[in-house]
Amino acid sequence: MNLETVKQEIEANVPGCAVDMVLNGSPSAQHSLLVDAAHGFAVAQFLRDGAAVRMDYCSNVTGIDWPVKEISTKVKTKKMVDGVEKDVDEVVKTQSGGYLEVVYHLYSVAEREGPVIVRMRTEDRAAGVHLPSLTPLWRSAEYQEREVFDLYGVMFDGHPDLRRLLMWEGFEDFPMRRDYVDPDDYEYEPTAHDEVLQRTREHWSAEDCK
Amino acid sequence: MLGEGILKGLTETARNFFGSYVDDERLTTVQYPEERLEQIEATRDFPFLVYDGEDWEKGMRCVSCQICEKECPPKCISIEKSKDKKPDATGKAQFYPAKFDIDISVCMSCQICVEVCPFDAIKMDVVYELSTEDRFGGLLLNKEQLSKSNEYYNKIHPTEAGAVDAALAAEREKARQAAAAKAAEAKPAATAVVGAAAVERDGTK
Amino acid sequence: MSVLTDTTADLLGSGAEDRSGGQLLEISMGPQHPSTHGVFRMDVTLDGEKVVKLKPVFGYLHRNHEKIAEKESYLGCMPYTDRLDYFCSITNNWAYALAVESLAGIKVPERAEYLRVITGELTRLQNHASLVGFLMQDMGASGTPLMYAFREREKILDLFEALTGARMMCNYMRFGGCRVDAPAGWMQQAQKVVDAFPRFLDEFERMLVSNEILMARTQGVGVVTTAQAVNAGFSGPMARASGVNYDLRKVDKYGIYERFAFRVPLGDHGDVYDRYMLRVLEMRESVEILKQAMRDIPAGPIMDPGTKIRGFRPKAGEAYGRIEAPKGELGFYLVSDGSGNPYRFRVRPPSLINLTLLEDMCIGQNVADIVIILGSVDIVLGEVDR
Repeated sequence: MNLETVKQEIEANVPGCAVDMVLNGSPSAQHSLLVDAAHGFAVAQFLRDGAAVRMDYCSNVTGIDWPVKEISTKVKTKKMVDGVEKDVDEVVKTQSGGYLEVVYHLYSVAEREGPVIVRMRTEDRAAGVHLPSLTPLWRSAEYQEREVFDLYGVMFDGHPDLRRLLMWEGFEDFPMRRDYVDPDDYEYEPTAHDEVLQRTREHWSAEDCK
Repeated sequence: MLGEGILKGLTETARNFFGSYVDDERLTTVQYPEERLEQIEATRDFPFLVYDGEDWEKGMRCVSCQICEKECPPKCISIEKSKDKKPDATGKAQFYPAKFDIDISVCMSCQICVEVCPFDAIKMDVVYELSTEDRFGGLLLNKEQLSKSNEYYNKIHPTEAGAVDAALAAEREKARQAAAAKAAEAKPAATAVVGAAAVERDGTK
Repeated sequence: MSVLTDTTADLLGSGAEDRSGGQLLEISMGPQHPSTHGVFRMDVTLDGEKVVKLKPVFGYLHRNHEKIAEKESYLGCMPYTDRLDYFCSITNNWAYALAVESLAGIKVPERAEYLRVITGELTRLQNHASLVGFLMQDMGASGTPLMYAFREREKILDLFEALTGARMMCNYMRFGGCRVDAPAGWMQQAQKVVDAFPRFLDEFERMLVSNEILMARTQGVGVVTTAQAVNAGFSGPMARASGVNYDLRKVDKYGIYERFAFRVPLGDHGDVYDRYMLRVLEMRESVEILKQAMRDIPAGPIMDPGTKIRGFRPKAGEAYGRIEAPKGELGFYLVSDGSGNPYRFRVRPPSLINLTLLEDMCIGQNVADIVIILGSVDIVLGEVDR
């Protein structure tokens, strides 16, 4: 099954949606489709009910956190220096990331095809963390979307029961985010070293360490 | 007939019960601790440090490279490298661990330390009756408690230890020859040869 | 307000007083309950004996395995996978190794592939054997069937110990092959265990299959239809008991599974009895695979010589690797940013996803049926909560 044809099929059948191919550089060559959040549900519904190969089985749902990352690239430009044209290396800073991503691995049990990997991205990592829930289409996403909400803080609109799954009610942070700071009140641990030891020392006073 | 299936099942239970008096295969339990099963050779539980010769301090193979400390998944190893060098079993001056602690209540017996050690200095033990009431006194093993002789290693894992001994002997012979060849050429530093051998072995892992 | 259902009204009789005052009873089953197979809790709402609502509560064994893995090297993640489904550490290793191999494009030598199939199918045997034992235990057959199953499982664990050094936390596979080769005499010993295994299955069948209590308790209980099963992401024996013909050993043909002749048993009714029988039948197929693999295993290396185990840094990219673990589709989704630690390490836990329909299966059943329905799902909390 060719992902390019799936993409064309979606574009022809779901009006107004923006589908991008996300290429995967690793030898696994599992490329994926990036769908805009507004049309995410319509695209998923089409993949389940209308596509040539119907994706009736949603195997895996997961989140990925991409915090803002500054990438510096050196670009060679021509500049006039003292009236002479010279090749100068200029550092261009671009920003990437700054969103949460949810990845769905879809398979077809009937046709034994797959995976079609669908990704959706939130606007940012603070207020705009809303994505459409695909649980009404695939029940298998129910617990997995709850888990993504629990660990990453993605709000799934339309989820029937969006509560924390693994952490307890009343827990405030989202532990799988890259910038989550885990508690440093470690118990006394005699073989601590490096970072753990340093953080333990910072947390406990000298008497406590004994 | 209702109950026929249950009766059929019960005859099977009865066969096992009476069978256990005559058939060893049906009697599978042993009366621990009076009776013990034979040790399976590959068994592993917690790491120990191997030393050559008689004296554990002199013969310790560990040169405090701290690879195992870094690779240990639950971070249960703590090593302090020595400031000075001492001659090892073959007489070469080497660093040694000033402190080598393993917290076996944290250790998960994965034996990754054994896999990554380039000097065959850390191996897996087979002792298992380690329960104690003293969390830190009994389960935090220091350098001395961890050190066990190569003979002990040969006793618990004969096949594996035999292969390690053969490889080590071959390597030491090679290092000796290389040193001899170099000595004939010029006057090299002995430590440099050992270092080269270590790098070479590291590359094979 | 009366909330009595028709059935309870019938039971109480038309003129009888409603002694409960028509109130529903809310009880908490677990987390310290022997039938929940670990620390799993269900908030159950009961109308008399009948279940009207059931909400599973997870997280009592949560340790954020995925976060731990983000701080470990690729090698250091391997022993942690043992602790997911601690009954089947070898298949967990396999799924992770498969994902890393697909991420980095590593080829596995022939002999290692065979060793993987042999140890993987042995894992399936011991998992299914203990599952049917536990299911009988849940049903009230205290001890006997479970102990018979454990007697067989013990023989397989002895094999694992002789091969890998550990009975449960095997840490056996590496990306690019297996950690150690089978020691001398191991193959013969394994052959003996495999050859004797059908005898145990026959014995187990004589003991239980026609048992009237077993049938009364399991047939028609916890039914899941084929369409429901696919939609809820069921995998492994749970899906096949509902008639979903989806076995990753046939679909993905990962490793060398296309070389073996074996059948995929399917259930008709999707009830607890089918799930039980399906596991028994799967064990017979596993024995067939094992016999073929042990006959054909070639000599040769067990590790890909080009793979660096320590300091392993795959190129940036991602991969999803999945295998048919004894409990269902176990997948690992890895994202690499080119460094020595995985950027994202996701486990697709079959036990958790097979619980999606737990409430649907239990509604309308008796309280005692919750226990066997849960038992038939075959969960291990190490994997559910991660």
